[in-house]
Amino acid sequence: MIKKIWAWIQRFSSPKHFYAISGKLIPWFAVPAFLLGIYGLYMGLFVAPTDYQQGESYRIIFIHVPAAWMSMFIYIVMAISAAIGLIWQIKLADMIAAASAPIGAWFTFLALVTGSLWGKPMWGAYWVWDARLTSELILLFLYFGYMALQSSIEDQRTADKASGLLVIVGVVNIPIIHYSVEWWNTLHQGATVAKFDKPSMHIDMLIPLLVMALAAKLFYAAIVLMRARNEVLYRERNRQWVRDLVKKL
Amino acid sequence: MLKAFSHLLARDLRLAFRSRHELANPLIFFVLVVSLFPLAVAPSAELLQVMAPGVIWVSALLSVLLSLDRLFKQDYEDGSLDQLMLSPNPLVILVLAKVCAHWLLTGLPLVLVAPLLGMFLYVPDEAIGVLMLSLLLGTPVLSLVGAIGVSLTVAVNRGGVLLSLIVLPLYIPVLIFGANAVDVASDGLSVRGQLLFLGAVLALALSLAPLATAVALRITASR
Repeated sequence: MIKKIWAWIQRFSSPKHFYAISGKLIPWFAVPAFLLGIYGLYMGLFVAPTDYQQGESYRIIFIHVPAAWMSMFIYIVMAISAAIGLIWQIKLADMIAAASAPIGAWFTFLALVTGSLWGKPMWGAYWVWDARLTSELILLFLYFGYMALQSSIEDQRTADKASGLLVIVGVVNIPIIHYSVEWWNTLHQGATVAKFDKPSMHIDMLIPLLVMALAAKLFYAAIVLMRARNEVLYRERNRQWVRDLVKKL
Repeated sequence: MLKAFSHLLARDLRLAFRSRHELANPLIFFVLVVSLFPLAVAPSAELLQVMAPGVIWVSALLSVLLSLDRLFKQDYEDGSLDQLMLSPNPLVILVLAKVCAHWLLTGLPLVLVAPLLGMFLYVPDEAIGVLMLSLLLGTPVLSLVGAIGVSLTVAVNRGGVLLSLIVLPLYIPVLIFGANAVDVASDGLSVRGQLLFLGAVLALALSLAPLATAVALRITASR
């Protein structure tokens, strides 16, 4: 039984097979992502009630929070696929990790930008050394480190393994970094940040938020498959099946 | 195994003492960077006293970072790293020996020179001990975690900037708690929590970082 599953995994994770299947899968992620995104944005920006404390400016939450969630989620996905790549030598897992990095970095960047735009009306400054914003900034540096290492080692297998190990080291470090930044924040400031009580969320706000989070997940799935397909084509460019594919175009 | 450890440690120390100027460079760099701050900001005692823990710790971080290259680069280039990986002794132990040597040559001197810099920046006398203690607990972590970064970039030409990009984010917890311990000690409060945290991070790094370093060397340095 296990042998059968293993054989199936091997077959599915072969680049050629992955290329064919992922091509069929992409629309199943991309279309719902688009529809849910439109719906979530409409509900969030027009239908959801105005916040009694923050007015209209809270509405950036519908972009900010999903982006922040994705930034962490994608890093964990990268660490898991890097571990799979290191342990079972599945090249496809390494490609998924490599394809995820820029998407994760963009989500992190988006979370930072929307966070600082939100900070202006709330805190009166674009940047406040708030614990969560600082953690996001460090996460962005971790993404940059991964991408820099990945692109500076010439041999592709070595680059995959080395940057994969870096991601795993990073994922061990993230909780430590997160909590030390949190403690640092309470140690140093506290009073300077106007802490507004977070009221438990109204259901009309929560639903668009969850819809947007789901849309972001699906969006990531679609984009990462597209990027991984490109990666497959590039890495297998000297193989016969890729040449046949190109000839057909 | 213990013999291999002590042998490699002695070898690295002996090699380092044969080129003494290289040995002194990180230390001079450390003192130099710290003394730039009064020149750049203002020689006012109150201001410098506030900044002192952060300035000293950031300088220590950079000084260790710049000296990390010495850990594996030369051995990689002259081929002795290949010999180490071929040896029957576990690579983890050998890595640990090399990191120990690195700390003795760069981390420990920083700890010893720290009182002088504390004096430069008007750190109160009662906080000097904590400054040294925090460096004593923190700098080994910098060497251990740095070793992972070096081993990942050892085959990359001109990997200096890349190395800092990889390693500096991982140094942040040590920086936060090291500097905060000195800061709190200057106010005369208890620093038990901060030092315990640094000790915990040291224990974690001591047990996991050599493993990661050994794996990384097997990935990048095998030709």
